[in-house]
Amino acid sequence: MTSTDIHVQPKKKGLTRRQKRRLSRGVQYVVFVAAVIAFAATADWGTLHNQFAQVDLAKQMFPDVITLALKNTVLYTVSGFAFGLVLGMVIALMRLSPVGPYRWLAGIYIEIFRGLPALLIFVFVGVAVPLAFPGTEIPGGTYGKVALALGLVSAAYMAETIRAGIQAVPKGQMEAARSLGFSHARAMVSIVIPQAFRIVIPPLTNELVLLFKDSSLVLFLGVTLEERELTKFGRDLASTTANSTPILVAGLCYLLVTVPLGFVVRRLEAKAQEAVK
Amino acid sequence: MSRPEIEVRDLHKSFGDNEVLRGIDLEVGTGEVVCVIGPSGSGKSTLLRCVNLLEEPTKGQVFVGGTELTDPDVDIDAVRRRIGMVFQQFNLFPHLTVTENLTLPQRRVLRRDKAEAAKVAAQNLERVGLSEKADAYPASLSGGQQQRVAIARSLSMGPEVMLFDEPTSALDPELVGDVLAVMRMLANEGMTMMVVTHEMTFAREVADRVVFMDGGVIVEDGTPEQVIGNPAHERTRHFLSRLLDPAMADVEEETSDQVGKDEGNPAH
Repeated sequence: MTSTDIHVQPKKKGLTRRQKRRLSRGVQYVVFVAAVIAFAATADWGTLHNQFAQVDLAKQMFPDVITLALKNTVLYTVSGFAFGLVLGMVIALMRLSPVGPYRWLAGIYIEIFRGLPALLIFVFVGVAVPLAFPGTEIPGGTYGKVALALGLVSAAYMAETIRAGIQAVPKGQMEAARSLGFSHARAMVSIVIPQAFRIVIPPLTNELVLLFKDSSLVLFLGVTLEERELTKFGRDLASTTANSTPILVAGLCYLLVTVPLGFVVRRLEAKAQEAVK
Repeated sequence: MSRPEIEVRDLHKSFGDNEVLRGIDLEVGTGEVVCVIGPSGSGKSTLLRCVNLLEEPTKGQVFVGGTELTDPDVDIDAVRRRIGMVFQQFNLFPHLTVTENLTLPQRRVLRRDKAEAAKVAAQNLERVGLSEKADAYPASLSGGQQQRVAIARSLSMGPEVMLFDEPTSALDPELVGDVLAVMRMLANEGMTMMVVTHEMTFAREVADRVVFMDGGVIVEDGTPEQVIGNPAHERTRHFLSRLLDPAMADVEEETSDQVGKDEGNPAH
């Protein structure tokens, strides 16, 4: 009788730990299956297929979607990133400057450009700047404008990232460099910034992914046919053919770049974690 | 005797309201080895950091090789080239190999060409016994090896004076000997050295003079036989007895005149 007592006892407290775990997992599977069934039942598969999976239409998009649209997206992103990186570096150094007005200016810049939607900056660069400075052309036409707009936005984020990276380099590094006779500026360039960059490569790569997506905002600048990037390209084709397949293809092209980049970021972060140990 | 290599006159240093150095006068002659000892918070590290102006003195003068460092118009980078500094935490550049740690400062600061910098680096690595680690990264070295590389890096700049800020305090006990051996070799070669240390054996055997600091002032200054062997002041005797036989120390009340418990050193 004693052995049955032992088996009976847990029942008084309700479910055992194992039973609770099974129940919780079971509920999760039921909810998932129910959601899939509900989606499959309510979706109009015929229209969905017609709208998004027109293989002929998708084939038509090649090779332009790669050679023109994806190429432009990459070009916009890289030029914006390069400009933003240089500006962000300058702002980060201003933020760390012993000169008060530099610090304030950098702080104000960061607050403004981090607080505004990227779309607003694009409109500002596309409309307000040409009006405010009549006669002056932003060099590089649309490409220059996009680089400027994307750079202005990303510089604010990158400045904060780079500043944190510089501050994460131990103080002893600067002291060692100074005691060897390096000037402050030379120690910054030769010793501190190279180490700071190793710290900030993962977050900067993340920023590159964000910029890659933000480059779609170029469509608010008004672009020529040759300057279209993925989103504009897909949308234009979708409206002329009255079909959404081009949008799906354009989306897949984004993922073609962002998924591997995300993978690289995770690898870099894991590596940085290891280096700290 | 000619002019002292290091000369400190009426040096004061405050961190906020905390006066860490309260009037230090000190001379170190050419080729002399001076060990600075004292309890933590006595200001000895701050004094050493003032000698190459890593800390800006609040008041007073510092001369090295006849140049006044505390003169606001002095080219501090030029003076620091003549002063080697070795830190408790080594502070090797982790993104560079051992050889690059030694060559980069020579090339950037002294403008030596690649071949000459590499030659000087190899010579100095050999002096500290680490030639085989030339291509290693600092992270793969033991603390003792890192500190010897740090010494070699300073020596590659051809300094007239070497400052050591508790060079063995961050090391595992069995690694201390290698670093002290290198320092002893330098002392024997006639290098002018100022060493903040807790290594009493090293101070007794290698130092020409031992300076005992407490509460931001120099309490005692003399030969190792005088200061360590036969201290004249109660504070020195008290410190030495606690240091040499820590297991025998009594629990004490904290006294209010212990200034700057953290040495006033922001790096800690």
